[in-house]
Amino acid sequence: MIGHPRETRYGKDYSMTRRRTIVTAAILAGALGLTACGTNREEAPGSGGGAASCDTSKGTLTIGMVAPLSGGLSELGLGMRNSADLAVDQANAKCTVPGYKLVFQAEDDQANPQIAGQAATKLASDANVIGVVGTLNTSTSQVVQPTFAAKKIVQISPANTGPGLTLGADPINAPKRVVDSYFRVATTDLIQGPFAANYLVQKAGKKNIAVIDDGKSYGAGLAAEFAKQATKLGATVVAQEKVGEKDTDFAGVITKIRGLNPDAVYYGGEYPVAGPLSKQLKENGLDIPVMGGDGIVDAKFVSLGGKPGDLATNVGAPAEKLPSATQFIADYKAGNYAEGYSAYGAFTYDATNVIIQATAKALGSGAYSDATRAEIVKAVQATNTQGAGGPIAFDQYGDTTNKVLTVYEVKTDKFEPVEGTTGSFEG
Amino acid sequence: MLSTLLSQIVNGLVLGSLIGLIALGYTMVYGIIQLINFAHGEVFMVGAYGALAMFTYLLPTFIQQQWYFALPLLLIAGAVVSVGVAVAMERFAYRPLRNAPKLAPLITSLGVSIALQEVIRVFYPGATAAIPFPNIFIPGTWTISVGDGVVPIKYSGILLVVVALVLAYALNMFVERSRMGRAMRATSQDRDVARLMGINPDRVIVLTFALGALLAGIGGVLYGGFYTNINIDIGFQNGIFAFTAAVLGGIGNIRGAVVGGLAIGLIKSLAGQYMPGGSAYDYVWIFVVLIVVLVFRPQGFFGETERVRA
Repeated sequence: MIGHPRETRYGKDYSMTRRRTIVTAAILAGALGLTACGTNREEAPGSGGGAASCDTSKGTLTIGMVAPLSGGLSELGLGMRNSADLAVDQANAKCTVPGYKLVFQAEDDQANPQIAGQAATKLASDANVIGVVGTLNTSTSQVVQPTFAAKKIVQISPANTGPGLTLGADPINAPKRVVDSYFRVATTDLIQGPFAANYLVQKAGKKNIAVIDDGKSYGAGLAAEFAKQATKLGATVVAQEKVGEKDTDFAGVITKIRGLNPDAVYYGGEYPVAGPLSKQLKENGLDIPVMGGDGIVDAKFVSLGGKPGDLATNVGAPAEKLPSATQFIADYKAGNYAEGYSAYGAFTYDATNVIIQATAKALGSGAYSDATRAEIVKAVQATNTQGAGGPIAFDQYGDTTNKVLTVYEVKTDKFEPVEGTTGSFEG
Repeated sequence: MLSTLLSQIVNGLVLGSLIGLIALGYTMVYGIIQLINFAHGEVFMVGAYGALAMFTYLLPTFIQQQWYFALPLLLIAGAVVSVGVAVAMERFAYRPLRNAPKLAPLITSLGVSIALQEVIRVFYPGATAAIPFPNIFIPGTWTISVGDGVVPIKYSGILLVVVALVLAYALNMFVERSRMGRAMRATSQDRDVARLMGINPDRVIVLTFALGALLAGIGGVLYGGFYTNINIDIGFQNGIFAFTAAVLGGIGNIRGAVVGGLAIGLIKSLAGQYMPGGSAYDYVWIFVVLIVVLVFRPQGFFGETERVRA
């Protein structure tokens, strides 16, 4: 390249290039600054405040959260964040943990196990973290569970339904508790899958069902449990197909199952796929209901294409119908959060309160130290109380003893609970 | 099942046209500066968001409801936003690296890709999740009865295929027949000699980026109309397949990009139907075909064998 004409030109323009570099750097710095502002703006409203009258002389303790605050599942994650934030604010206002101010720290996992792992490491490295609420996804909990267990940090999920998290590798034949510090207030897919099958086959009378899942821990597990029970009840599972969690084009799968004349589709996965899938089914000449699990119960399911008649099961009884949840709903409204409390709001609020109560019990009038975490885990295990989402107690595996589920149906533009379907599945 | 086969071919053609439309941008930029511009998928995504922003925030309701006004406006907005982003990208990210080692612009393109995704995610209201895209224009489905069943074809799918093929043909004519097209071909063959002939390579390169972005922006709007919702991952997802299509067809070749795109669309839908493993493995077959083709024809369907460049 020596002596090439371009070389001389480049040399002449050198000062220009440097100035340009500076301008670019300035623009970048500005953009980064704006990004930071954007993030700050997302900070939950109503945090802080109210604790002024309490004695907080012993310092602060942190309640963590790992949930998808951005990405496709953020509607659910932001509802979780706000509900936990509400519980922490209330505890501070009521001086529930004497001597300490509680701080809420929500970490974004983008529903991605790898990012969840980083978030968990960050929280676990903080000696003041007394417990963590979350995650939303079974796949992310599989990653964060050992991290928190190693530090004896109690973790309560309001939403994980994968059986393996509490019951080990062989949940049906050889259940074995995985870690002592993990609990959940949602029931498992061992109940949810068969519960859905009972409704779809016996109540709705569907006999030829196509089962589709997204191949993730949650979706594939749920779909398998559903298919097992549906077959047992005499229905035919005409196809078992898989789609990618980031796919948007389902025409291929739909054309394939259309030839098999299904009268319903059961989808194991979440609403970013389920909504468009439901819409494309109809557009491709298969106007049949889609049924899914708790992962599709969100208003976003309908705005992305879910249609009236689509069904879903969700953990717990509907918050709107529970007398115990009316106070939570009123308080949430008063908190003026930008996002709705979504499918897991009441359970998240309960999970947070369980950690707060257990901390108060474990601390008594003493001071927080490393040993307190094990006491908190013990106190959570012994929980027996009434929450917004129903009774809360944990069995020897860390699973909730409240195994109630409800069927929801899309009426015009949102999921409504189907009357008289709240119940459980017995063996 | 004839109707199933025909339906899968229709599905494949629609997806394939979209991929081909994006692949044209990859292949043209590679042809002229030997850069695999990984940010091109994001140009497609940004076009869809730009059109949606124009529709949501600028159009009065009475125009929103008239598809024959709204659709052209959406297409123009998508194209303008995409071209603007691509030109800015070329000016500020790639031109300063024009004489740098080849890896520098390649890595830069990955950075630009991530930056564009994050800018949309952070600043576009609601872009943290999928957003519904207006479906007021040509909704509905044309259903053909074939012997044992029906073949549903969405009107928006027909639009996508027709627009993609017309644009690809127009682009081919432009490059082969017009004066500017000749300048592009000259620049791709030897930039320095082209400069000696009075061609301004910088202008030609910007034009190449702009043309690719024009197609991508229109593709973004058609994508939104067909699938009726968009999210920030669509650029990456479709960009990877478009890149694969460009390689399969012979990177640097316009006809190759379209044929490669259609081939990938058809392989995906037909393999999902007929090959073992079904829809769980449809992506696998795309890359199996890619590898087999590259083993026997490393330059792709239409590509020229690598020349030693001066």
